[in-house]
Amino acid sequence: MRILGFETSCDETGIAVYDNEQGLLAHQLYSQVKLHADYGGVVPELASRDHVRKIIPLIQKTLAEAKTTAEDLDGIAYTRGPGLIGALLVGSCVARSLAFAWDLPTVGVHHMEGHLLAPMLEDEIPAFPFIALLVSGGHSMIVDVQGIGRYKVLGESIDDAAGEAFDKTAKLMGLDYPGGPLLAKLAEQGEPGHYKFPRPMTDRPGLDLSFSGLKTFAANTIRANADDPQTRANIAYAFQEAVVDTLLIKSKRALQQTGYKRVVIAGGVSANTMLRTRFDSELKKIGGAVFYPSLGLCTDNGAMIAYAGMQRLQAGQIETDNVRSLPRWPLEDLPPV
Amino acid sequence: MSHTITIKNEADTQIFAESLADFIAQQDTGFVIFLDGDLGAGKTTFSRYLLQKLGHEGAVKSPTYTLVEPYTIADRAIFHFDLYRLGDPSELEFMGIRDYFSGNALVLVEWSEKGAGILPEPDLLLSIAHGSAETERTIHLSGQPHILQLLGADVTAVAHD
Repeated sequence: MRILGFETSCDETGIAVYDNEQGLLAHQLYSQVKLHADYGGVVPELASRDHVRKIIPLIQKTLAEAKTTAEDLDGIAYTRGPGLIGALLVGSCVARSLAFAWDLPTVGVHHMEGHLLAPMLEDEIPAFPFIALLVSGGHSMIVDVQGIGRYKVLGESIDDAAGEAFDKTAKLMGLDYPGGPLLAKLAEQGEPGHYKFPRPMTDRPGLDLSFSGLKTFAANTIRANADDPQTRANIAYAFQEAVVDTLLIKSKRALQQTGYKRVVIAGGVSANTMLRTRFDSELKKIGGAVFYPSLGLCTDNGAMIAYAGMQRLQAGQIETDNVRSLPRWPLEDLPPV
Repeated sequence: MSHTITIKNEADTQIFAESLADFIAQQDTGFVIFLDGDLGAGKTTFSRYLLQKLGHEGAVKSPTYTLVEPYTIADRAIFHFDLYRLGDPSELEFMGIRDYFSGNALVLVEWSEKGAGILPEPDLLLSIAHGSAETERTIHLSGQPHILQLLGADVTAVAHD
């Protein structure tokens, strides 16, 4: 089975071809980050206009790279939600139009399901059940994953997402948008032990997360200290350490609660080096294992959508003619496969 | 007409947000609040206490990525906007911004200056700024004179708590 997948939920246009026997044949990504850098954020209307502009050439390029034509395809998967409505509609309209023209089935994929299954595209894949830690600019959640479509959200951010805290703290430090990766780079120059940020919500039971307060703490720390590069790097280090530590504490708590041994981390923040180093060593200590997507598949991409869509099409979950994009879509509403 | 109050810490923020929530709950027409202030000023914290006092149970997620988070409390629509990532005010037109300001909806807008010219005038504008101490904030209230007049007594009560 060979599936063409589209991801257009936010500011990346991602297209991929996945084959269940040959694996990922091609994936192309066009990021609007540069476009949005001028504005300091993702502009919904620009995002959808840019998807319109880029999606067809990207599809052609991806199909050519995968040496695939319409006749070789068995279905089209696209991101149905959650996300920005204008951006989602572009993906859904193009997917369903092409499917109609090429007489193929379509399936609308949940963006977060795409992320949590992204490590399945690697050589070493996690067995079910596992805990998924989904951390990106728009989401932070801890999910009990018993199988495909069998999800229970154990905890989520009550305010800012982890990636959002990175981006906003970076902005406080005067870094360019999107600042998360730049903040992590700055933290590499930082020395540990200078500042102690709080570990939000770790002192109470439960698996919910909160990152808004860290941003405020960062703002106060920046204001109270000198404005030289080393101080900034030290603050960046302490901030990053607090986010990683908090995610680690909560993930270990989720393992304890469920009795599972495996953690999957996905979403843009899963590309963070300190996060990977700390999770690798800490989970090893407790006899656990951690799985990530490769760096190129941590952020939004079409490959994860093609993969997740394939699982659902293989199970016969073909959508009807009457579907709507869903800017809000609880992960727990998905049917099991 | 305007008021400026000083808030010493988060507990004060809660008292202030909750007394404002009680006031808003009594207004049976549409109500628009702009909430301005730098990153880390405490807009999220303020919004959380306000919405929870109005009757929302559970998390108050940051609307930064979604632009707006909708709630319905006791048949009243509440829209929590965050325009931080908006590039141009005219983009609000593309998301049908006018439809949100109808009926008796309560609309709370963070980073309202990014929607200048398109957003309607607020009933109340709160500008939060850092004070001299780390947890201290000053909140400047401006907006419709009759609202400020009605609020006067409550606000003064909080300020002198």
